[in-house]
Amino acid sequence: MTPNISPFIIFFASIITSNMILSNFLGMCSYLSVSTEYKTATGLGMAVTLVLVLTTVVNWFIYTYVIVPLELIYLQYIIFIMVIAALVQILEMGMDRYTPDLHAKLGIFLPLITVNCAILGVTLFMVIRHYSFLQSLLFALGSGFGWWLAINMLAAIREKMAAVKLPPGVKGPALSFIITGIMAMAFIGFSGIFTIQ
Amino acid sequence: MDLSVILRTVGSLALISGALSIIISLSEMVLNNYGTVELDINNGDRKLSVKGGSSLLSTLAGEKVFIPSACGGKATCGLCKVGILDGAGPIALTEEPYLTQEDRASNLRLSCQVKVKTNMRLLIPEDLFNIREYLCELEEIEDLTYDIKRLYLKLPQDQTINFKAGQFMQFYSRPYGKIKEEVFRAYSISSKSSQHDHVELLIRLVPNGIVTTYVHTALSVGDTVRLSGPYGDFYLRGDAEELIMIAGGSGLAPIRSLVYEVIEKGLPHKMRFFFGANKLRDLFYLEEFARIEQEHPNFKFIPCLAFPEPEDNWQGETGFVTVALEKHVDSGENREAYLCGSPGMLDACIKILKDKGFPDSKIFFDKF
Repeated sequence: MTPNISPFIIFFASIITSNMILSNFLGMCSYLSVSTEYKTATGLGMAVTLVLVLTTVVNWFIYTYVIVPLELIYLQYIIFIMVIAALVQILEMGMDRYTPDLHAKLGIFLPLITVNCAILGVTLFMVIRHYSFLQSLLFALGSGFGWWLAINMLAAIREKMAAVKLPPGVKGPALSFIITGIMAMAFIGFSGIFTIQ
Repeated sequence: MDLSVILRTVGSLALISGALSIIISLSEMVLNNYGTVELDINNGDRKLSVKGGSSLLSTLAGEKVFIPSACGGKATCGLCKVGILDGAGPIALTEEPYLTQEDRASNLRLSCQVKVKTNMRLLIPEDLFNIREYLCELEEIEDLTYDIKRLYLKLPQDQTINFKAGQFMQFYSRPYGKIKEEVFRAYSISSKSSQHDHVELLIRLVPNGIVTTYVHTALSVGDTVRLSGPYGDFYLRGDAEELIMIAGGSGLAPIRSLVYEVIEKGLPHKMRFFFGANKLRDLFYLEEFARIEQEHPNFKFIPCLAFPEPEDNWQGETGFVTVALEKHVDSGENREAYLCGSPGMLDACIKILKDKGFPDSKIFFDKF
């Protein structure tokens, strides 16, 4: 059942052609709200990538060795969410203890990320598409980089546009949506290079 | 069949969430266990042995040291700043917006965002150890003018207050009429700082003001009033020969306290007190200040009426306080200014003081 696609194709495809934000529109909440500054957007992107990889790996094992053998597929959503929440909590404590510098930069984003739908989205795509372990790992890594790339682009554009005089109706979230829409259209130009979905 | 599905669902969910909770608890015991740590406050003045792992704000609150905080530890008010010399770790992104360059230079941090992990050396303003809550009994309430009441409050038997003249208390109203919740406002203390068992507050009725309406309509002698304090950095510096004091209306309160502090401590400062009001009916405490003026040659009282009525037979200064200020104060040399009143009046007075050469560092004010 595992699709016969090279994990590296999956990796690049999830950055460019199947970008979590620009083609799946997942994880929009934190993407829109934490994209006013390039620096913080970078922090959030890094945190999302880290959590994505960790949760996807753990969820892959949970799915393969717990959910499937015990026939709990109908509970997978709840289980995935619980695993993500628990993992993020432990990750935060561990970071605070062993890498306080990193925690100072990423710590606040971790609770935000628990409810980021890109995280659950990647896990669910992995299940639906029957990815192998390696495929899942690179899919998660690529999706994280893709999300990171998208939020950094939006933040950079928003920083540039901060000085531009705009009519009140297109300020703030409206502007973010317009920028995201244009970026998504631009990314359509990549379609055909890789196909994974 | 149905029952077995239900049992399996509930059972496996319980097992999985139980397993996850155990993993979280275990990792918390391992990862979040920082043991007992020592907090050294103000270079050895106080030492606390506390359990690490929580925020500094809540750890200190557990030790009955209350750092002011309006948001309750969410890093949104920026009030809970505390000096941390040692053991704070890097500045978190959440703190960034609230710390100015000066804050950083003096090692200030948001105590709600700093976790207690190791021994720390802290600098906490001594005043904060002084802040208490008092359930006072209203001993006297009287009209000073048609819209200003004087409240004389007796502290509980076993409590005393130490405040610097000029500081204020927070006054908590009780629900009354249409107001369903407790509301608090700040009022300056007008009594002498040498008095430790009573406080006096002067409260002017503000149209539609929740707390002032409560004070003026719902409060009577014998009622219990909740206060907390003292707060504020409006107090006597005394680094000059003469103190220029300016107040409007109930802004007289902290100035009265300041005047008494200078007199009771036998300080050498000269004092001139400009008290602004509209009409004669707005003036109060006139006899008291006239008496102080007679007994203490260092103190001069200058009441000013902006719009005296003909029947007021006003002999004193006429016009806004600013006019009297222009006339009587020639320069800022060796003088400090203490102002309390409405923002409009204060801004006008501060402008004049600056024109006269008062540096910013010599102008102290309490706007309300």
